[in-house]
Amino acid sequence: MSNKGVLITGGQSEMGPLAAAQMRLASFAPYRWFVAAIIWIADKLGLRGRSLVIAMPYLWLLVFFLLPFAIVFKLSFSEIAIAIPPYTPIVSWVDGIYLRLQLSFESYQLLFEDSLYIKAYLNSIKIATVSTLLTLLIGYPMAYGMVRAPKQWRTTLLMLVILPFWTSFLIRVYAWIGILKTKGLLNLLLMNLGIISEPLTILNTNVAVYIGIVYSYLPFMILPLYANLEKLDGSLLEAAADLGCGPFKAFWTITIPLSTAGIVAGCFLVFIPAVGEFVIPDLLGGSDTLMIGKTLWVEFFNNRDWPLASAVAVLLLLILIVPIVLFQKFQERANAQSA
Amino acid sequence: MKQFSRFNLISLLLGFSFLYLPIIILIIFSFNESKLVTVWGGWSTKWYAELLQNQGIKDAAWVTLKVAFISASVAAVLGTIAGMTLSRFGRFRGRTLFSGMIYAPMVMPDVIIGLSLLLMFVALAVDRGIATITIAHITFSLCYVAVVVQSRLSSFDDSIEEAALDLGCTPAKTFLFITLPVIFPAVISGWLLAFTLSLDDLVIASFTSGPGSTTLPMKIYSQVRLGVTPEINAVSTILVGLVACGVLLASYINRRQAKQRQADEQMAAQAD
Amino acid sequence: MHENKEFYPWLDAKQKPYIQIERVTKKFGDFVAIDNLSLDIYRNEFFALLGPSGCGKTTLLRMLAGFEKPTEGRILLDGEDVSSVPPHQRLVNMMFQSYALFPHMTVEKNIGFGLKQDKVPAAQIKKRVDDMLELVQLGQFARRKPHQLSGGQRQRVALARSLIKQPKLLLLDEPLGALDKKLREQTQFELMNLQEELGITFMIVTHDQEEAMTVSSRIGLMINGDLEQVATPSELYETPKSRFVAEFIGDVNLLEGRYDGSGEFGLTMVCKESDSAIQSTQRLDVAHGTTIWAAIRPEKLEISKQRPEGTPNVLKGKVWDIGYGGSFSTYHVHLPNGKAMTAVRANRERSLEKSITWEDDVYLSWAPKSAVILTD
Repeated sequence: MSNKGVLITGGQSEMGPLAAAQMRLASFAPYRWFVAAIIWIADKLGLRGRSLVIAMPYLWLLVFFLLPFAIVFKLSFSEIAIAIPPYTPIVSWVDGIYLRLQLSFESYQLLFEDSLYIKAYLNSIKIATVSTLLTLLIGYPMAYGMVRAPKQWRTTLLMLVILPFWTSFLIRVYAWIGILKTKGLLNLLLMNLGIISEPLTILNTNVAVYIGIVYSYLPFMILPLYANLEKLDGSLLEAAADLGCGPFKAFWTITIPLSTAGIVAGCFLVFIPAVGEFVIPDLLGGSDTLMIGKTLWVEFFNNRDWPLASAVAVLLLLILIVPIVLFQKFQERANAQSA
Repeated sequence: MKQFSRFNLISLLLGFSFLYLPIIILIIFSFNESKLVTVWGGWSTKWYAELLQNQGIKDAAWVTLKVAFISASVAAVLGTIAGMTLSRFGRFRGRTLFSGMIYAPMVMPDVIIGLSLLLMFVALAVDRGIATITIAHITFSLCYVAVVVQSRLSSFDDSIEEAALDLGCTPAKTFLFITLPVIFPAVISGWLLAFTLSLDDLVIASFTSGPGSTTLPMKIYSQVRLGVTPEINAVSTILVGLVACGVLLASYINRRQAKQRQADEQMAAQAD
Repeated sequence: MHENKEFYPWLDAKQKPYIQIERVTKKFGDFVAIDNLSLDIYRNEFFALLGPSGCGKTTLLRMLAGFEKPTEGRILLDGEDVSSVPPHQRLVNMMFQSYALFPHMTVEKNIGFGLKQDKVPAAQIKKRVDDMLELVQLGQFARRKPHQLSGGQRQRVALARSLIKQPKLLLLDEPLGALDKKLREQTQFELMNLQEELGITFMIVTHDQEEAMTVSSRIGLMINGDLEQVATPSELYETPKSRFVAEFIGDVNLLEGRYDGSGEFGLTMVCKESDSAIQSTQRLDVAHGTTIWAAIRPEKLEISKQRPEGTPNVLKGKVWDIGYGGSFSTYHVHLPNGKAMTAVRANRERSLEKSITWEDDVYLSWAPKSAVILTD
């Protein structure tokens, strides 16, 4: 792309912003390649109709989701170099005749030798696990309360859970800074109430990270739980009561086991993104809060070590692949069952 | 039998206070006269006035809106097709990979998506800017749209499409005149979701942006790192307010339609 | 069946009712679901609550189970007021319409659930569950989960689960509603046998009048939150109290007319469909000119081509339609003024050649004792 200037100043163009954007999108190389690729592949395969329709999102995801992972994987075997881009090529021509493959395991070696990275991985998993359990502890009673609330409240309550999910993540995390810092509102309140005499240090500790994760991901826990508990057949609880089972016991023997699907879905939805979380540990955590997402960011932006950042990403992915695959299997099965 | 106990009420009250107090406090303090965020200096809208003078934030907001609009629109189209594919096309070669690629971006850490896209753009020597951010946003948004559309499709059975085909409607026309109108609410809410996801995104935009294409979250982030300022509170309040209005309006329209429908059905039932 | 054994405890003044529903009212907000209803049910009865949807029959059942509390009035079980006893402490069990089988438990666990709540020793639970499985013929399915069973099998598991605690009263909410016709008929007889064998008082809610007539000793017909008539199945059919009852139970031809004195048999009624006054053996104590109705069941209407002798009640009409029903045929006959009447005739002879056919002019007649005269 040579006309970057056009891209940036496009807003002042005489065309409406949408038309201008479309024009730019149409003249934008990757998009043209994409469309060309669809037509070429469709022609080659003799695809028509249905297949062509499937091909559009399929190819998009192949090109912009799967292919980038291949590149990350490739780059993790490069070496850092002072160049643009800052890494050595893996494949190069020698004397214009031989193709030389040069794999470097330096980044991976570093990951395993420097305890910082191992610690960051383990700590991410620990923080994500603890936060997931805390989210469940707070989310379950809420989802349960919503299901039992009078019918006319339910839409409103559901709305109240969904609303934060639509508002900016960054802003919601930011809101806690003013509350948690040493001279923040929470300390002010507690000191005025006489509960503490010295301000608590919460911001820039793991506690703040837990609060941030629980707060940000709570809707992800509540929604699947609510959906699940709402489907729970009320006559099952009545049948239990009819057979002599008290309300508390019925909760443990009927409600909890039957909401396992919701619990599992909610936990996955909180745990998986929490492991790779960057914004929360960066804004609320301290310098000693090691989380792998933050480490990746620092390696990439501050140290400009792209191969190492790639290696970190590959390992993070390997850690997450198990829960992600489990989650997908779980979802497909749940979909099949409800159908 | 279904009694709403005191325990239920308390857990809802505490839970929703936890969800809403921080945002409410932030909104209140955006109207604070004082520069100090913990000291109340009386009501004032001066931070909003100052915001209007801040060219950097206005530019970033404009970039963000453009990216969000284009990426949501493209994602709505691609995501609708993907959702159709998942729920209506049954088995086809590569279905597992496809559904994997739909679900994975939703749970994949942003840092990985951002890094991988950036590395690809670099490898292909594409200059980074608004367009690259837009592509990145389309990629993850289309998955959300696909899931929303798919769940809508699975809630009504495919016999109406079969009926259309049976009556001689071509598949393409069936999609345009039968399926699309039915799933249109889902496409709209998918679009809205994609729009807000794009408005929100910090991490992926940070990776895929180039010089001069700073989005609002990036701008906010760079200032937040320096501490809490009333000006950021004001920006946040505007963003939260806009989204809240949008969501409430959408749900109001939704509810009114549902009520109208219910009334119609009741009228129809009485006609029997 | 019960008639054979001369089981009429409600006619015996010395019998004490087992379940007493005393002036019970249930309101949901402004909506009155049950309106000042009283009912006595006797030990070992198989009582059926019948009524159109929304008549409050399920609400009444749920009050007996304890899921709803009466707004006013009280419910006595074996002489004891149970109005405010929570469901898990009541000696009443219920079989749910949806069966409400616990999906995460095996058949065995489902059936044993009630005993486990009473802390019955495990060995004893095992034995009683096994007995119950045998009773409902599900021995080899003990380890299955509900979703691995057919509809009929699930129904039997639900029944076993509600019977295992040997409740004082078993409530059945549309227990056969989810089964197909053939299975339903077979299960009806199984239910009756089981009820006699176990000696448990049953109360069934159904909207299927045939089912109610087949299984029950008495039927309570409900409308708008109150009982319209409580009677044995045959009383309900042969001597309905009102037009509503007559029309709800089976098919009926209704002729509207005015009371015209006692006449030769018992009473006479003049109506516009008939040239001569209609005669009935029934006696009424109402004023001349009062609007009354003659209700004639289709099978009690004779249909013939020649004018019948020996009865004063004859109407002339034209055959409009014939429905062939195998063992019987249904004739739709239009009277000169357009009123449609239905007559049913058993197909006693195996003749495909119909003596009466479309457009034939026919006579409809009935004996003075065959019609029921209704004032409501």
